[in-house]
Formats: sequence, C-alpha cells, structure tokens
Amino acid sequence: MAPQPKMPRSWRAETKPHKFCPGCGHGIILKFLGEAIDELEIQDRVIFGCDIGCSLLSWDFFNLDSVQTHHGRTIPVMTGIKRARPELICIAYMGDGGGYSIGTQHMVSAAARNEKITAILANNTQYAMTGGQMAPTTLPGQKTETSPYGREPELTGYPLQGPEMVSAITPDGAYVARSSIGNLRQLKGALKKALENQINGNGFSFVEALSSCPTNWRTNAKDTWSFIENEMSKHFKVGEIKAPGTGQGEAG
Amino acid sequence: MSEKIMQEEKRVFMTGNEVVAWAAIAAKADIMYGYPITPQNEIMHYWTRLVPKYNKAFLQTEDELSAGFTTVGGVMAGRKAFTATAGPGNTLMQEPMSMAEMMRLPTVVVIQQRGGPSTATVIYSQQEVTLTTLGGNGEGMRIVYSTANHQELYDYTIKAFNTAWKYRFPTFVLGDGYQAKMREPLTIYRPEDRGMQIIEPQAYVGLAGVPGRDRPPAHHRNTYNLEEELYEKVSHDMAEFERIAPEVAEFQAENTDDADLVVVGHGVVFRAVREAVNNLREQGHQVGYFRPVTLRPLPVQQIKELSAGVGKILVVESAYGQLARLFKEVAYGGTAEITHFFRPGIGITATEVADRVKGLLEPVLRQPRLRKASFG
Repeated sequence: MAPQPKMPRSWRAETKPHKFCPGCGHGIILKFLGEAIDELEIQDRVIFGCDIGCSLLSWDFFNLDSVQTHHGRTIPVMTGIKRARPELICIAYMGDGGGYSIGTQHMVSAAARNEKITAILANNTQYAMTGGQMAPTTLPGQKTETSPYGREPELTGYPLQGPEMVSAITPDGAYVARSSIGNLRQLKGALKKALENQINGNGFSFVEALSSCPTNWRTNAKDTWSFIENEMSKHFKVGEIKAPGTGQGEAG
Repeated sequence: MSEKIMQEEKRVFMTGNEVVAWAAIAAKADIMYGYPITPQNEIMHYWTRLVPKYNKAFLQTEDELSAGFTTVGGVMAGRKAFTATAGPGNTLMQEPMSMAEMMRLPTVVVIQQRGGPSTATVIYSQQEVTLTTLGGNGEGMRIVYSTANHQELYDYTIKAFNTAWKYRFPTFVLGDGYQAKMREPLTIYRPEDRGMQIIEPQAYVGLAGVPGRDRPPAHHRNTYNLEEELYEKVSHDMAEFERIAPEVAEFQAENTDDADLVVVGHGVVFRAVREAVNNLREQGHQVGYFRPVTLRPLPVQQIKELSAGVGKILVVESAYGQLARLFKEVAYGGTAEITHFFRPGIGITATEVADRVKGLLEPVLRQPRLRKASFG
C-alpha cells in the first residue's frame, strides 16, 4: 500500500475518504483547519457548524461536536451556542452563497457585534451544490448557469469583497484575512490565527479561502489552478486584512 | 439575592408580556434571543431588566431568522433558550422552527398574534394559528398551547419549557395582542413550591471529553441523502408525536352532554364563548362549550366524541377559519352540523356570540330532525 498523508487527529477517519468532488478545495481547507485545531489542542471544546451547499458534506468530517444548519444560518446557530456557553470555540463553515448572499445579514450583524466566533468561508465564485449558478463572487464575464453569456457587472454587479466588507464594519479585536488553497502556508496561518483570536476572546474572526470547483467550472487540473491563481487573484487580494494590535484594517 | 422576588407566591397585576418574562424566570430559562416586533416587545423589555438580577442572558439579533437560529444554538448548547415574536416575525420564525422540528430541539417560542395577512395591524388576531401549528416545510410536529388569560400565560409558559425538554418537540405559547398588552391580576409562584418538577436541560453539543477519543462525536444533521432515510426518520418522529399526543393534549369543556349546540373557541375568544354560554344556560338554552387548550396536538378523542354527540357546533374565532379547519379535520365522520362565526383580526364579545347562538337555536326548534334526515 502506498504511504498515505497523515490525517489531522481531529479528523474522523471513519468518514474518509470525504464526500467532496475530486479537485474540490473544501478538503484542503478542512485539512488545515484540522491541523490548526490539533496544534491549538482545542478538540474537546470546538463546535463545528456547517452550512448548506457543498459545505454541508463536512457535517461528519471531524471528531468534533458538529451541527449542520440551514442555508446561510450557520453564523446565528454558532452565535447562539457561543452566547449560551462562551467557553466553547465555535466555528461557522460556509460557502460564498451562504455567507455573502442568503446569510449576509448574519455575517454583517455578527461582524458588527464582534461576535466571538470564527467564520470560515470557501469562495469558489458560484453556487456549486445547486449546479453552478452565479454568486455574489462570480467574476465579470464568468459563465455560470444563470449567467450563461458571462456575468455582466452593469446588470449584476462586481464580485463582492467579503473580507474587506467585514474589515470595514468590525470593531477592534476582529481578525480578518483572505487566503487561498493556492497558498497553503498562508491559509493555515490565517485559520490558526482566526481560532487563536476567538480563544483570546478578542472578537469576530473571519477567513475567506479562495477555493476550487472543477466540476462546475468544467476545468481540468491545470485550468483549475490557473483560474485560482490568475483569474480570481485579479479580483480577490490574498492576505491579512485586519488583526488585533497591528493597526491593520483601521479606518484611515 | 436572585431568588428573593420569587420566594413566595404573590398576587400581581401586570401585562401579559411581563407575565411571560416572569414565567420564563420561574421556569429557569437561561437565555432569550429576540428581535423587536409589536405586540411582543415588552417580553424583551422585562426580560432584559431581570437579566442581571437573576444571572440570565439576552441577545438582540438582526431579525427573527437569527432570533430563531440563535435559540436553536442555545438549546443545542444545553441551555433553556427561548424567543418571542408575532406576525411577519412568526413567518420568518418558521424556518428555524422547521430545523427544530427535524432535529427534535426543545425550543420555546411565545407568539403574541397580531393582525394578518402581511403587517396588517399591531393589535390583535387569531390569524397565526395555521402558521404556528403547521408552519414551515414539515409535518407540524410541534406543541402549541393557546392561552386565554394571564394566569394561563404564566402557567403555560412554565409548562412549555417542561414539555419541550421532556418530549423534544418545538413548543409554542400562542397568545395575542390583547393578552400581551392588557393588565390582569394573577398569582405568580415558584413551580417547585407547587410540587412541579422543573426538567433540567441537556446539551446536544459541547459534551464532556475529547470526541473521537473518549466518546463518539455528536454529529447533528437535518439533511439526508436518500428518500428512504428521510422516510424512516420522519416516520419514527411522527409515530412518537402521535404516541405522546393524548398525554400532551388539553381541553376545557362544560355542559356538552345535554347540549343542542356547543360553541368552540380558543385563546382569549374562549372568554367570550364561556360567558355567552353561561348566560344562555341561565336563560334556559341547552348549550355548552368546548375549548382546545392545545391546538397542536388537538384533543382528538374529545372532539370526535363531541362531533358524534351533539346536533350543532359553532366555531368562533378571530380568524377566517384557521381553528375551524383544524377542528373539522378531526371532527370528520361525526354527525354534528358545524357552523361558524369568523371575525378575522377583530375582537369578539360575549353578546355577539350569544346573538349568533340564538339565531342558530331557533331553526333547530322549528325544524324537526326528520327533515334533515330526509335530505340526500
């Protein structure tokens, strides 16, 4: 048997291989989330919440107490748990449809209240589970099932800048970053900092991870990477946007 | 310090919304999540004032979707969590409560009905019966207590927490704008002093030990892959709901045995019904009343017996047939002629009920039953 990469301790081996499509970014994001949880030794007090859309396939992914919620409603469920039991570390995991469209009011309000939870959002520029419709994050000109001739910004707007928005409305103490499955070191660092920020009780923590969807993008491996690295990067700037004590992201 | 005000029972004079806040304290609720909508606002106003005194918690959310889903979170964390809403807020509340129905979460929601459809009035109605009993994309596996006065608002709010945590179905207290805003005398008490056992909550997540090492992880979902999986899950829960229904269902009835006509009403309208029936009895009319206290599940056996035993039933409600629809479904197969007095979104007085009853009783006297039997 060929050697297998080591699974994070917080992964649930019984539910592997996972349920995501080949080439999907979710598995990569969840791998580094698992490693971050292991390194911080918080497996006994993390509550993992996942949204609807492809992210729901992570409902039994971890050896963590987990709740699968509704479309866009993971942030309020995790907020409810955190408010009732502040000692727990609550993670809301979702896609761009859940976080930036159907659940935007929860994202905005949790950010504005500086809820001490960690939201992690996989941005793959479209609704994947429902079959590849246009999302708030779809790139200009990008073809989807509901923008078959390409997204026209004049009619449907430009890709939503989630972390920038969250950064603009969060008070001090928030941690906000955009990462990418194309930059693993930075992705893992951001996830770990986002969890540490909650552990330290500083405020809302948010990481958007640029992710892949070869199934709906209809791309091969090479074109999938190219889309993330060359197309998405034109619209979504990877990096830390706001962190407590750094002076980043403060209004000028 | 925190127990002082509730140390002994006492007579008070307060609005229904204040009553709900005190009842939640008495029921040992831990946290309320809420969003402003009239006429339930003062539940939050009183709760937020009691929070520091009783070491409770409150979160004002961004809307009722969030109020419902944070309540779901609070319950899953093992805390007695509740919310309150009305009207369009109740519409939004149905999404989180369908999750509670699917996942068997003991959420408690107080509904103070306002006018409908749409935003309608902020005053009063009984137009949220359909929504509260059967709302959401589900099968109506929920428990709904319809209160008629402030003492009941206190008693049934306490009871709602116990019922929810005992049976693990979402539980509602269905009041209305009149009950919310009116002041009435009632007795508040500690349930323990009356021998009532307060059921302790239990956590769904955040359990002791490292998941996967010391115990299996608690994985909670509401999405299923296969039709058969879902069918099995819903059938199991529905069977359990039907099993507990007779012990959960409550009703109030009087003078139904010898009655020519029985008036059916729920909630605050029942007060007009009872007064009308008592007055008519004194005047020598053979009338009685029947009141479902639980609108979901309904007292099925009693309604079946009633509809098989009396000539006429008059359903009275401040809605256009929302109770009548539920009632007729259960009464189907009975011989009683079911008529109605629907006054959507407006209050009903005892005089109005009595006048309607008299109008219905006279033809009964004139027309012998033979004629009805010869029909069809």
